[in-house]
Amino acid sequence: MSADTRVNAVPATASEGLVMGKDGMAALVDVLVRRGFTVIGPTARDGAIVLAELRSADELPYGWGVELEAGRYRLRERSDGAAFANAAGPQSWKSFLHPSRVREWSADRVEGELVLTPDRDAPPRYAFLGVRPCDLRAIAVQDRVLTGGAYRDPGYTGRRSGALLIVVECTEPGATCFCVSMGTGPAAGPGHDLVMTEVVDADGHRFWIRSGSEEGAEILAELPARPAGPETREKARADVTAAADRMGRTMPEADLRELMAGTLDAPRWDDVAGRCLTCGNCTMVCPTCFCTTTEDVTDLTGDHAERWRLWDSCFDLDFSQLHGGPVRASARSRYRQWMTHKLGTWYDQFGSSGCVGCGRCIVWCPVGIDITEEAAALHDWTRSGVTAAEPEEG
Amino acid sequence: MTTVPPPLPYRVADAWDETADTRSIELVPAGEALAPFSPGQFAMIYAFGIGEVPVSASALRGRHGGLVHTVRAVGAVSTALYRLRPGDSVGLGGPYGTGWDLEAAAGHDVLVVAGGIGLAPLRPVVHTVLDRPAEYGRLAVLVGARTPADLVYQDEIESWRGPARVEATVDRPGPGWQGAVGVVTTLLDRLDLRPEGTCALLCGPEVMMRHTARDLLARGLVPHRIQVSLERNMHCATGHCGHCQLGPLLLCRDGPVVGYDRVADLLLVREL
Amino acid sequence: MVTDLGPVIRTRPTLAVWKFASCDGCQLTLLDCEDELLGLTGRVRIDHFLEMTPAEGADRDRARLAGRGPYDLSLVEGSITTAEDAERIQHVRRVSRRLVTIGACATAGGIQALRNFADVDDFLTAVYAQPEYIATLETSTPISAHVPVDFELRGCPIDRRQLLEVVTAYLAGRKPQISDHSVCFECKRRGTTCITVAHGTPCLGPVTHAGCGAVCPAYGRGCYGCFGPSSKPNLRSMVAQLRRDGMSERDIQRVFRTFNAASPEYAPVPDLAAEEQQSPPA
Repeated sequence: MSADTRVNAVPATASEGLVMGKDGMAALVDVLVRRGFTVIGPTARDGAIVLAELRSADELPYGWGVELEAGRYRLRERSDGAAFANAAGPQSWKSFLHPSRVREWSADRVEGELVLTPDRDAPPRYAFLGVRPCDLRAIAVQDRVLTGGAYRDPGYTGRRSGALLIVVECTEPGATCFCVSMGTGPAAGPGHDLVMTEVVDADGHRFWIRSGSEEGAEILAELPARPAGPETREKARADVTAAADRMGRTMPEADLRELMAGTLDAPRWDDVAGRCLTCGNCTMVCPTCFCTTTEDVTDLTGDHAERWRLWDSCFDLDFSQLHGGPVRASARSRYRQWMTHKLGTWYDQFGSSGCVGCGRCIVWCPVGIDITEEAAALHDWTRSGVTAAEPEEG
Repeated sequence: MTTVPPPLPYRVADAWDETADTRSIELVPAGEALAPFSPGQFAMIYAFGIGEVPVSASALRGRHGGLVHTVRAVGAVSTALYRLRPGDSVGLGGPYGTGWDLEAAAGHDVLVVAGGIGLAPLRPVVHTVLDRPAEYGRLAVLVGARTPADLVYQDEIESWRGPARVEATVDRPGPGWQGAVGVVTTLLDRLDLRPEGTCALLCGPEVMMRHTARDLLARGLVPHRIQVSLERNMHCATGHCGHCQLGPLLLCRDGPVVGYDRVADLLLVREL
Repeated sequence: MVTDLGPVIRTRPTLAVWKFASCDGCQLTLLDCEDELLGLTGRVRIDHFLEMTPAEGADRDRARLAGRGPYDLSLVEGSITTAEDAERIQHVRRVSRRLVTIGACATAGGIQALRNFADVDDFLTAVYAQPEYIATLETSTPISAHVPVDFELRGCPIDRRQLLEVVTAYLAGRKPQISDHSVCFECKRRGTTCITVAHGTPCLGPVTHAGCGAVCPAYGRGCYGCFGPSSKPNLRSMVAQLRRDGMSERDIQRVFRTFNAASPEYAPVPDLAAEEQQSPPA
């Protein structure tokens, strides 16, 4: 098993950290706002826990949990009042770091000359409060795609470099979660500024908080927190370790990259194509899916044009359009592209898996297609003795 | 690492017909210039208000010292580029992609096989080999087109005869056509191919490149001595938009020129 | 081949707006472009638009309907429901360099295509006191069933921004930035939480052509498909999902029998709904 798929159940920060109550959380949001951050965090809205700008910690989803299944998401009240005992919601942080619609540049025709002006508005400084470990990994995956190659995306770089990441470890995985299979949680990996573990027991509702950067330490110093005792630390660690054993889903025990490369002709792709609506929801909710399309627009004068970039999806028929038609016309080929890219060819392109096991694609598929179930079916097929047919001459 | 810049303004220094639906444009910088292109690399050309398309350079230095691109009017952007006249402005980005591996071809016979406008990205290869004959073995150029009228660079091709072996074929001959009729692979029989000492560079429709590569392999060439230039939908050319995937490859970054050893299997998977 | 994206527009091209069997709502969308209307009239000459201009020519009545043309760009609203209109659309095509249909009636036959699934005489006797005065065809058909169409703009009614996009794209000589993908793209891009997944609300978004900006789901209401089918919709899977979300066979049939009822993509729906009825999901 590669390092990437190892169970990540031990908190990365060895520091003993501090402990604070809900007043500390309130102070944290106040400190962030005072420092000029645009604070984004979870809040209950429209029957879901969404990510939105927070003015105060009162807006956190205290007392809200979620019930997840393939194609189904329901808010449920929790008697313990916990704010972060809920798994991934309908959005991810890419909505802020890699927004669905951005203007890249403008072009003007000025006395016959073409003048091109990049859009370089200073982005807000985001503080992301409540990043789950799987999503922390997803941000690192998008970092590699959008800033790790020969070219750096300027907008993403601007938004990302100023972002403060405050992770909350996972103690309540959902029925669609499989971060353990992907080696991304439930404990936090590296790359955060602050990391918390929420603990609710007879000793009260509190947060064990540690810093992961200088700026995180500075912020931590401003909070009404006291050194964390061994009870809190051990309870927090135990809750996270227990979460690792309560994953609702698992990926098959196989090298997923090899599995994807070796099953391009599997009949299972026809089966899933019968169910797939090609609506693109899985790609839009995926925290790592990065594909975009461009739109060149003009105004009525015809002398001003703009280049916009929008989220796109490999499920769109236009995505693979060439002169003469789309390369991937069938639903079979489009679903296969998505899944084999996510679990397989992502390694070739960007050096890691594209899947972090957050389960969003399972939950937010209107017909409940489950990537772990599809992977398991492909895995079963490879073990069923049916040898892969020779690729057809097409 | 480079931050993705917007295109740079370039001006059309010259524009001329190649065939009834294909023109070449020579572009010179209006201000700052792009880095130099290698044979096989491509530019993103932005037609004001209409959009951007990837186009391989068809000559690295035109009569005005600019970059030459050859475009066929098939979509909105390429039609706009087709209509450009000297003095018009475009936005230009690049150089993007891998380009032909001419170092691998050094000391070898160079076999260029092109279908239709696929000769455009290969033309700088011919220029390079003709300019530096000492570095390469024999040069052969095989060109296929639908009809004689669809053959691009006809006058220039004639001028290659002598230093290079040049053969052309068409699918549908017209009156006066004296040359071969049929697919470009049939021209391979006319060559005295030295399989162990030849490097083949192919560009054209995918099916044409597959069949050519198959026939070359049957004649004893090894897959890594065959290079192909592939096409997929491209929006960004910087590896960020995801459109140009061919299995493990991002063709704007890992291509458009790829060793056949890397793609032979991929090209056989339908709708990959 | 040079595609027919039209000539490069150097002079002020002429625009015509035509009405066939329809409610006028799509034409009115052009007048709703209040902020852009002056700019638009600076770029195009509106030569024929009965909603806003006096008729041309001496033979006022004929000119009102016919319009002499030629017109660079014709926007056609409405479906073909009479023999006279079937002839008139031929005239419109002849006098139009580029013909764009606007709205569900012109593009799919409209709500009035419900007649296609029944006996039109039954409707006539049910609705009109003296049906003998009514001369109508047995079917309502889209413009594309009669003449070649250069572009079809969806919606009931069309979206104002999309209409402006069609006109500005025409003026710039580019392809309109109008996608054939699902409404789900628009929900996700605007950050709307999926109402099917979060609330179990039946929604046609996954099989419906984008363009409205996903208005209904943003207000907690299921998409009812007023932009018609998206490209290659998987109706079998959609119908099964609507069943799971609690819709009856009759409800499923009816939800597809609205403004785009006659879209060929929807033809299998009655059979699929009946099939689902017989084998409810476990």
